[in-house]
Amino acid sequence: MGITEAILLTIATAATPLLIAAIGELVVERSGVLNLGVEGMMVLGAVGGFAAMSLTGNPWIGVVAAIAMGALAALAFGFLTLSLAANQVATGLSLTILGLGLSGLLGVEFVGKAGTKLENISIPVLSDIPLVGPLLFGQDPIFYMSIALVIGVSWFLFRTRPGLTLRSIGDNHVSAHALGIPVLRYRYLAVMFGGACAGLAGGHLSLVYTPVWIENMSAGRGWIALALVVFASWRPARVLAGAYLFGAVSIGQLHAQALGIAIPSQFLTALPYVATIVVLVLISQNVRATLINTPAMLGRAFVPDR
Amino acid sequence: MTYLSPLIGLGLAVIAGSIMFTFLGKPPLAALYAYFIEPISELWSVHELLIKAAPLILMGAGLCVCYLSNNWNIGAEGQMVIGGMAGSILPVMFPEVVGPFLLPAMIIMGTLGGMAYAAIPALLKTKFKTNEILTSLMLVYIAQLFLDWTIRGPWRNPEGLNFPETRRFDAAARIPEMMPMDGRANWGFVIAIVVAIAIWVLMSRTMKGFQVKVIGASPRAARFAGFDDKKMVFFAFLIAGATAGLAGIIEVSGATGQMLPTISPGYGFTAIIVAFLGRLNPIGAIVAGLVLALTFLGGENAQVVLGVPDKAARVFQGLILFFVLACDTLILYKVRLAFGAAAPAKGGA
Amino acid sequence: MKKLVMGLAGAATLALAMAGSAQAADKTKVCFMHVGPITDGGWTQAHHQGMEEMAAHFGDKVETAYVENVPEGPQATAVIERLARQKCALIFTTSFGFMDPTLEVAAKFPDVKFEHATGYKTAANVTSYNSRFYEGRYILGQIAAKVSKTGVAGYIASFPIPEVVQGINSFVLGAQTVNPDFKLKVVWVNTWHDAGKEADAAKVLIDQGVDILTQHTDSTAPIQVASERGVYAFGQALDMIEAGPETQLTAIIDSWGAYYTKRVQAVMDGTWESQSTWDGLVDGILTMAPYTNMPDDVKAMAEATEAAIIAGELHPFTGPINKQDGTPWLADGEVAEDGPLLGMNFYVEGVDDQLPQ
Repeated sequence: MGITEAILLTIATAATPLLIAAIGELVVERSGVLNLGVEGMMVLGAVGGFAAMSLTGNPWIGVVAAIAMGALAALAFGFLTLSLAANQVATGLSLTILGLGLSGLLGVEFVGKAGTKLENISIPVLSDIPLVGPLLFGQDPIFYMSIALVIGVSWFLFRTRPGLTLRSIGDNHVSAHALGIPVLRYRYLAVMFGGACAGLAGGHLSLVYTPVWIENMSAGRGWIALALVVFASWRPARVLAGAYLFGAVSIGQLHAQALGIAIPSQFLTALPYVATIVVLVLISQNVRATLINTPAMLGRAFVPDR
Repeated sequence: MTYLSPLIGLGLAVIAGSIMFTFLGKPPLAALYAYFIEPISELWSVHELLIKAAPLILMGAGLCVCYLSNNWNIGAEGQMVIGGMAGSILPVMFPEVVGPFLLPAMIIMGTLGGMAYAAIPALLKTKFKTNEILTSLMLVYIAQLFLDWTIRGPWRNPEGLNFPETRRFDAAARIPEMMPMDGRANWGFVIAIVVAIAIWVLMSRTMKGFQVKVIGASPRAARFAGFDDKKMVFFAFLIAGATAGLAGIIEVSGATGQMLPTISPGYGFTAIIVAFLGRLNPIGAIVAGLVLALTFLGGENAQVVLGVPDKAARVFQGLILFFVLACDTLILYKVRLAFGAAAPAKGGA
Repeated sequence: MKKLVMGLAGAATLALAMAGSAQAADKTKVCFMHVGPITDGGWTQAHHQGMEEMAAHFGDKVETAYVENVPEGPQATAVIERLARQKCALIFTTSFGFMDPTLEVAAKFPDVKFEHATGYKTAANVTSYNSRFYEGRYILGQIAAKVSKTGVAGYIASFPIPEVVQGINSFVLGAQTVNPDFKLKVVWVNTWHDAGKEADAAKVLIDQGVDILTQHTDSTAPIQVASERGVYAFGQALDMIEAGPETQLTAIIDSWGAYYTKRVQAVMDGTWESQSTWDGLVDGILTMAPYTNMPDDVKAMAEATEAAIIAGELHPFTGPINKQDGTPWLADGEVAEDGPLLGMNFYVEGVDDQLPQ
């Protein structure tokens, strides 16, 4: 394996948790809900995944537990914001506080324990293709899931009837409701899917990226995922591109440093956020594209009148 | 019922918290005592409460204006950082400048800094129709990284052995303490209360406040009434930015006395919760700010007295927020049903 | 419901009673304030283990309390004051950013003793204590230069503060005694603990041809990566051998326990005095994990260096040493004084990196 392959693999590992969490949040936002608790759900997924792996010795059970943890946390968020119509911003922030605390509490037993890494699955022959072989066919299972998620979500949102319905709820929940669409049921499912994805992203951190449990190990990745969704203007393929671009910038920055090229790292770290704002402005310029892609109901509570 | 619902929420959180404390092997009543009572049973600790509450109240009150007018500014943290930086320009870069005008100048510069930074999402929203939730959030990270770079780079204390902090401010650049004999609380708390009351008067007693509420509750009606939508966006963001900038310079010049690579443990985000717990009423923000400050202080005290881990304190804080938010909307929801569609613009964008 | 409340009340009364009896007067209360969680796997955990060692040594004679995750800045002042008011006789604050808050509270409580780690200010009741981590890093440099086949080591650094810069320089000086052409690649990750980022940095460095990793960050992630990629690494703050049984060559272990025990004893004896201590290998504040995964001759060399440092025969910063740009810093035989070391903001000759400003 040459250096180019190695660099690509490093980028893929850095991008995968961002991609998964962002794809989940994209579905949530497409349904018109803004869940700012991605960081909290991610870190709960990380601790749940590591704990289950550590107790059973099986990292696959860890993956399942990570997904379940995230979905469960999202259910709590959904209950407050959907059933009780609590403010989504405030609830999402509270969820992050709760998630960071709870994960620390649950993880006390597992600090410093050595983890079992989720093994890579190499597809014979294909993984020997130069350059892209190891990247596309010699990876960890969660990497494959992340790609499947992008394709699956893309297909679901733009090629299926329920996907269309979900988007229409995000664009106008009042009309959707008038048409007899069960708005809250759709949103519950979307929110829980987002939580499951955030949990899986956390599981990637504690089962693949660095098989160990450390308090607050999500280290802000949930917030970056939120930025990516917007950067991608709510399009799954662009989330993929954005996550890899972000991964490439952060890994490239480290490579530049190791080569002795000094760039203030704060500026590079800030770059994705600046880029997100620029993209937001650009897509807002294109009124048609905005109307097509931006969920108009983002962050608004829906209270069906009875 | 309006005043009862937060208490019900708190009650439920206390029950859930007690179960958690029991599981952790900590006596629940003693833990609750350490959490809620002990921190306010001593004068010096009350002072600490006021120090923590001041930025929360200020920003919570400012954000009320934003949220009531449907401007979803969640970037108060960044506006606070920039305010703190702008206010520190004089004491850090021109330490030889001292005099009676210094402190007022710092406070004005800090306020302006927060306003300028808040104007960015307002401008993007009015000019490009960009979603302000997202731009204001992104600007938080940019502000934090800019602060980090500045303190580790150009503003580093030349006499500080290369540690990342600025020189300490001259006494003339510090907001004085109110009662130095009893504790550390400074006049920043009084400023916070005055500002919160002023915003309350603005919102409930003036035409401008009426406009804010009309635009928030029904943008179409506001347009018919001839209210300028874009001006209102700027108005709301500038008010919130001013309070955040003020909070920043009060924190830096009052409690800290120098600039550090981080100046806020997330006050700007907590203030969002304060605004909602206070039901988007600046007076409510005063109460909510004090309560949230108490949960921070209580968490520290429970650690010291009972060895309740910091994580448990944070879980408890999260539980309180969850339950109070849940109960609150439950009640308000009923209010809305009773009054029909034009009731408070709560819980919606 | 009623039953639950009564049960809670009963438990609480019991606990309050117990808490009351625990406050017996003959116990010395020793308190700690940390910047990170006590389970961070590095810096704070090492301090916490030191506290536990000290508590085990004294048994019933001491009572301990700690507060973790305290942000640096004014929040810290409130916590220190709370500790002082809760009858702590001796308070350790374990992060640089707690320096001014510690002094501020200490001025109000002249009868309480304070000890602040890694700072430089003291007062009548405030001691400043630190560990000469760079002594250990000198040994790491020597081992690296012996074991490395590529002649390049990778250094995962946190923030460009003097302590970290000292470590990098000392590592390079140690390596140069074995191989004058030894190269060091430095990557700044701007965090103390972000396992993912540390792992990224480790991968990047290995991809660029280093075959030895050392770190000045908290997590075991770099050792895990090194072990996967089949290169060697050094542990940091704690013995990280479990993370890489065939990877870790040795580790610099922060052993605060002996120091804490000594200082608590001084308080009990009434002999505590304010001082500014910068202890090293000789005092046992810093220990080396067993030298493993290396040939016997390398091990012997490392042990000899360690012994020489302990005996006071060897100081890593002994001239002739030039600064990175070639200007002379220390003349032949001249030993660096502590002052310049504590504020170190330049590289020595041979470091292949630009120090971030």
